[in-house]
Amino acid sequence: MTSEPAFFDTPNGLVGQPLSRVDGHAKVTGAAKYSAEFSLPGLVHGVLATSTLAKGRILSIDMAATLRQPGVIAVLTHENLPKLAKTPNDTQGKKDIGAPMQFLPLTSPEIHYAGQPVALIVADTLERAMEAAARLNVRYEAAPIAPIATFHDPKATIFDPLKVQDGKTPGHTKRGDVVAAMAAAPIKLTATYSHPVYHHNPIEPGATTAVWDAPDRLTVYESTQGVTRTQTALSQMLGLPREQVRVITKFLGGGFGCKGSCWPHTVLTALAAKMVNRPVKLALTRQQMFTSMGHREDQSQTLSLGATNEGKLLALKHEKTSTTSPWDNYAEPNSKIIDLLYACDNFESQYDMARANVMTSTFTRAPGEAPGSFAIECLMDDLAYKLNIDPIEIRLRNYADKDYSEKGKPWSSKSLKQCYARGAELIGWKNRDPRAGATRQGRYLLGMGMASASYPVHNSQGTARVRLYADGHALVQSGATDLGTGTYTVMTQVAADALGLPLNKVKFELGDTTLPTAPNSGGSVAAGTVSSSIFMAVQDVYQKLAKQAVADKKSPLFGLKPEDISGENGRLSLKSNKQKSEGILEVMTRNTLTDLEGMGNGKYGAGYETGRAGNPAGPNNNTESAGEHSMHSFGAHFCEVRVDADLGTVRVTRWVSVIGGGRILNAKTARSQIIGGAVFGIGAVLMEATERDPHFARYTNSDLAGYHIPTNADIPAMTVEFVEEHDPFINAMGVKGIGEIATVGVGAAVANAIFHATGKRLRDLPLTPEKVMAGIVS
Amino acid sequence: MNNFSYTPAATVQQASAALKADGQAAFIAGGTALIDLMKSCIEDHTQLVDINRLPFLGISSTTAGLRLGALERMSDTAENSLVIKDFPAVSQALLASASPQLRNIASLGGNLLQRTRCPYFRDPAFPCNKRVPGSGCPAQTGDNRTLAILGTSAACIATHASDLSVALAALDAVLILTGGTKGQSREVPLTDFYRLPGTMPHLENQLQPGELITAITLPQAAHARRSLYLKVRDRASYAYALVSAAVGLDVQAGIIKSARVALGGVGTVPWRSHAAEKLLVGQAPTEAAFRAAAATAVHEASPREHNKFKVELAQRTLVRALTDVVG
Repeated sequence: MTSEPAFFDTPNGLVGQPLSRVDGHAKVTGAAKYSAEFSLPGLVHGVLATSTLAKGRILSIDMAATLRQPGVIAVLTHENLPKLAKTPNDTQGKKDIGAPMQFLPLTSPEIHYAGQPVALIVADTLERAMEAAARLNVRYEAAPIAPIATFHDPKATIFDPLKVQDGKTPGHTKRGDVVAAMAAAPIKLTATYSHPVYHHNPIEPGATTAVWDAPDRLTVYESTQGVTRTQTALSQMLGLPREQVRVITKFLGGGFGCKGSCWPHTVLTALAAKMVNRPVKLALTRQQMFTSMGHREDQSQTLSLGATNEGKLLALKHEKTSTTSPWDNYAEPNSKIIDLLYACDNFESQYDMARANVMTSTFTRAPGEAPGSFAIECLMDDLAYKLNIDPIEIRLRNYADKDYSEKGKPWSSKSLKQCYARGAELIGWKNRDPRAGATRQGRYLLGMGMASASYPVHNSQGTARVRLYADGHALVQSGATDLGTGTYTVMTQVAADALGLPLNKVKFELGDTTLPTAPNSGGSVAAGTVSSSIFMAVQDVYQKLAKQAVADKKSPLFGLKPEDISGENGRLSLKSNKQKSEGILEVMTRNTLTDLEGMGNGKYGAGYETGRAGNPAGPNNNTESAGEHSMHSFGAHFCEVRVDADLGTVRVTRWVSVIGGGRILNAKTARSQIIGGAVFGIGAVLMEATERDPHFARYTNSDLAGYHIPTNADIPAMTVEFVEEHDPFINAMGVKGIGEIATVGVGAAVANAIFHATGKRLRDLPLTPEKVMAGIVS
Repeated sequence: MNNFSYTPAATVQQASAALKADGQAAFIAGGTALIDLMKSCIEDHTQLVDINRLPFLGISSTTAGLRLGALERMSDTAENSLVIKDFPAVSQALLASASPQLRNIASLGGNLLQRTRCPYFRDPAFPCNKRVPGSGCPAQTGDNRTLAILGTSAACIATHASDLSVALAALDAVLILTGGTKGQSREVPLTDFYRLPGTMPHLENQLQPGELITAITLPQAAHARRSLYLKVRDRASYAYALVSAAVGLDVQAGIIKSARVALGGVGTVPWRSHAAEKLLVGQAPTEAAFRAAAATAVHEASPREHNKFKVELAQRTLVRALTDVVG
């Protein structure tokens, strides 16, 4: 596999260029329609009424009084919810539906968590629906035992779930002999890291507009990261064939994982629309966003390492304990990144959890890797300072030149050393005083910190369709979603380059289940899978036209074998002699083809090779390469912080991220994505936390006044660079995806900088002023 | 939010009479706080009486000091040259409040009457003695990190949220009220205006039914011209104070001639410390003197589980503010 993929050779292409968003104008003028902005004829409004209790049952709901209120059309409760073909309320139903939570509200009078929906009220105006929901008279009976708010509660029972993430991840991992290696290690470190509940807080809330086009045909405009996953869930629950449920997501105002699943409010809205026989729109309030679409679970993780006196890792042991819901064994898989980031022969991990009266937690940007990287990257820093070794040097001494977590598989590509070197250069690492707590500027302590980042290229595949018109324009389609990060833009660039057309001759459509199926936009898979699907669909177009050309006497390619012809930049040419070629539009025009369609399948592990002698062009398409290589993005974050030693306030004053993420499709949108991830991580380490009252198991700061995300004043100018990578193994486009890695390691880089500034190690997140202040005093 | 009627008031008498006639009515000026409270079903007003046309505007020098109309917007006041010159702490407190959008519409009077951000008060699903007298105070043993350590009671530990009121408390502001029971104007020093929660936390100030704040007066003083507001919060902007300090010092020939000290984010009302001021007067402006004053200012603190840090942070904030105001 020495040849470069053909696509990398496109000279002066659009791919990679820092183009502005193709949908930018529509967004700033308000023309872009989000899921709560479709004004359908006869549309009425749904609002959820939610439980004030966290544990108990509903005794009665005074529906009659609510129905008498002006404008109220219907009230859905557990007493009148139409029967569903399937609910997620048992393990099999949950699995079939692909539901994130093994409980659908309004299917029983039981209350399991505060904020659980107890009714959905439909009224002719939003205001009337809101008022009726607020005034709904619900009589509750509190459970005799107080609710449990967290695994920290003495009433909580810690148990070993055996598997986490709904069985996707083993609860125990073991390789080598950690006990023996630890016992023999001259250096041992152990630390415990605490993480609060976090919420995704996308600016666009969850929103559903449901309309029944016929008694057995539903269309849903949904704020989701995956139209297909929502379609699956709705068709299963409503008992409709998949093709009779259409899900549309044209624009999305962020998701960060909370829109990666079909949550209860969506199916309840569809049922409400059925009940009132009119389109129903429901948008969650900001407060309801805290109890409707999951969260990152509160957790603590204890990490131990054993090392040589030279700082070489001998053993790593990781234990995590977290809060889960009354039904699901969900815990994000922190240990994976700890298992693979460094060369270490002995590793063990263990997950424990406790049930509490909370809803199920869910994917949150860089699920597992974000908190996992905090533990390993803080502890590696501790090791560096303990042994008086530079933090970058300690990482180089433990550099994993293969994937230790996957039986030593080679990496498909890895540029981490270049990321360290370039990041260090950009931040001026060598100018720092290596001693912790030694750099003072007036009343401030200054510190510089860094951390590694890594995120897997997940197994994924998708499809795309390209329809090329003889007049030189193309319609490109794939049922992907654009979280706001630039999918519309980068896919237009890919299709334009692949077809050899200018950008304004290509229209890319997404976000509709009537389009070819694409994976959920989550886990950083969208960019690689969808771009590869489009690239392969264009190859399909070229191959179809090659067959036309070789049968066409007027073509210079007449009489050749189609497999000897390749297409690029809008031309078909003989592989062995590129001079022998013809433009694809000429082939179409001469053959009176007005248009032609190609389908493509973008696959994980299916790289793309140029034709060489005896090696035809095409996807290498062997699943072996997926099995032979371990595929990950890597990167490094560097920052400088300024700590007010008296008041405990921390400001991040400089930021550098250097990422090796495979091919970068658009330098501008990619930079924005890395900046967004870094801001996400800075918020998590310094200020974000959702608080639950310990007695009521109810959130106490469920709005954006109480849940602090960074303001502009909290964020410095940021420097982002990418290391150029040509990875021929991951997928046809060589794209790894950068959505998640942007935030992995960010928290540790900040905490490490605070350590360098103050000499105090802080492990209890978020690092608010009182903790920083106390850390310096003690 | 319930339905309500809207009445624009042309005169003070009309506005005041409307509220006296309707116990469920409320005045509305900027509305930034009121609308939030109504949308959260914390306050249910059947009538809103718009006072924006009343003549409570203007920032001018008078014999009593600087007079700020109660309907002046926070942003205009913060940027007024007289305020910046003679009462810099007031300008700084305003600029450290809310966001530019909110400051552009929120009035000074409304800022002083804003209600606590205590999470238990803000969510009607919780008991709260301030919202429903006698229902209880889960904050005492709950999530009380942001709540008060001074002026608390067994019934309430809700923090007063206004930054402006802390600066005004330090600088001896007097509120001009009108339209009360006797129909006459009266003056109430800001430090007497707010009530400690005691056993009746739902009663928050001295306003009588139908009474309005028309203006704020600030007496000219050397310590006011050398005043400063310092706010410590969880992020750099747009957050309520964990702790704040408003200070003013008049230092002559190396000796503090007069001092003003108030704390925010720590009290159930803006917390003026006369005891700290007494300690400072006659002293040289040294760190030791500032520390002693700071210790005195929080002497009566009664923290709960998660806000113990405020006792220390308040002292450090005060020392920093005093240090910086000396320059």
